[in-house]
Amino acid sequence: MPVAPDSLPRQLPDAAEDTADRDVVLSIADLRKQYPEIVAVDAVSFEVRRREVVGLLGPNGAGKTTTINMILGLLSPTSGGIRIAGIDLAQHRSRALARANFAAVYAALPGNLTVEQNLKFFGLVYGVTRLAARTDALIEQFDLEALRDTKCGVLSSGEQTRVALAKAVLNHPQLLLLDEPTASLDPSAAQTVRARIRSLATDGDCGILWTSHNMYEVEEVCDRVLFLSHGRILLEGDPRRLPAEHGAATLEELFIRLAREPLAETLERTV
Amino acid sequence: MRARPVAGILLRQFYLIRGSPVRALPMFAWVAIDIVVWGFITRYLNLMSAGRFNYVPSLLGAVLLWDFFTRIMQGVSTAFLEDVWSRNFLNLFATPLTTPEYIAGLVITSIGTSTVGLIVMLVLATSVFGLSFFSLGLMLIPFLLVLFAFGIALGVLASALVLRLGPASEWLVWPMPALLSPFVGVFYPLSTLPRWMQDVGHLLPPAYVFQGMRGILAGHALPAGQLVLGAGLAVLYVLLAGYFFTRVFRYALRTGLLARYSAESVS
Repeated sequence: MPVAPDSLPRQLPDAAEDTADRDVVLSIADLRKQYPEIVAVDAVSFEVRRREVVGLLGPNGAGKTTTINMILGLLSPTSGGIRIAGIDLAQHRSRALARANFAAVYAALPGNLTVEQNLKFFGLVYGVTRLAARTDALIEQFDLEALRDTKCGVLSSGEQTRVALAKAVLNHPQLLLLDEPTASLDPSAAQTVRARIRSLATDGDCGILWTSHNMYEVEEVCDRVLFLSHGRILLEGDPRRLPAEHGAATLEELFIRLAREPLAETLERTV
Repeated sequence: MRARPVAGILLRQFYLIRGSPVRALPMFAWVAIDIVVWGFITRYLNLMSAGRFNYVPSLLGAVLLWDFFTRIMQGVSTAFLEDVWSRNFLNLFATPLTTPEYIAGLVITSIGTSTVGLIVMLVLATSVFGLSFFSLGLMLIPFLLVLFAFGIALGVLASALVLRLGPASEWLVWPMPALLSPFVGVFYPLSTLPRWMQDVGHLLPPAYVFQGMRGILAGHALPAGQLVLGAGLAVLYVLLAGYFFTRVFRYALRTGLLARYSAESVS
């Protein structure tokens, strides 16, 4: 359920991490991003808990990437609060971001560094200890041994995705943000990546916020979905139940309907 | 400030240079060419003046110091531009890396790359053209430090400008030292310049360095007052550049520039 803005104070003392609900790895409260001509994200509130995969869905321009960029500290909100693992991002940016990581199809790792070099570079930046052992473990876990000394710029899309995912879990993040991680993959590679991500949530003990336009994989992977349109959350629920609850045959049909309806109409219907 | 993220920025630059030796070329090639060209010019001028004036320390020494300053400035901005060229802003700035840590990484990278250039210049100028810079001994150090600090300030300013104006503004970075050179009197006293240019020159730390160096070579004492003024200005500019970079970074966060530049090509 969306979180009431008042339930999340903007500023808490350092002890917040200990006193906050430890299962909540991401709290978004009344988030808003306004540009001079447009409101990109408006009154968005939600939570992501440990071992949960939450799908952030919506048509192009709905505000998904803007929301993710704000969570990653790449874009400052106009108003609202973001807490990662209980830590206020605006107040303790570095500490909060140390507990998160991400992979996005549009944020390729530097192509002029090899797979191993990229992992070591980002490992240091994230302050990972025992980095050599961690890098070796990830290279093995993501089947990258043969590509260890290959520059990332010459890897195939599938290989780049594997490297990006390896980088995304370098620091054992409590919150993992994945923006269309399977967008450029063939069905077989996408299936493998989905399985890996699912196991990251279960075994890696982290919460995952995932965006995708592929409703089949959303149903397969996500525990919960949020439908975003015109910067606002319209629907939230179990992706396997939502279609029936809203008179649609499939999640894709529901997605298309929501994407095409004017915002006011949709809001009226979902209230 | 934490050591590991700074080490990460350094390691990245090391990997780039090791992976592509061509990147190492600018560290010493251009400064070596400068020393060779100016070395022969000074030899010719010495010949023409029939020993009445030794042009080696005043001209070749000035070239060496100016190139050192330029390398420092470009060392910082090039390290920053590597992240522009590889569209790495999103990956980099979504990490716990702080702005001071990032700038520290760029600065230490620049110290490494410009030291290589300085050593090459000193070896060439001393062994081939007889520049006896070492006779200045410890007096050389404060001059180098002032140039170093101002080079850092200019490099950070250049990086901030690219962050603010976008990848295509890279072309603004390279001519910056050349734009300043007429005002700081690298090869001539400031008194040679028209009044307004002198006024501008007095605001620039290198002017005090070159003025002071010429004085020492003419047999005067170390111009402590001028050096302190130059050093004070250089420190001020470092602080202002750091402040400016931080302001621009905040602006980039507010307006979404980081995400936009990651998608934008350098054109």
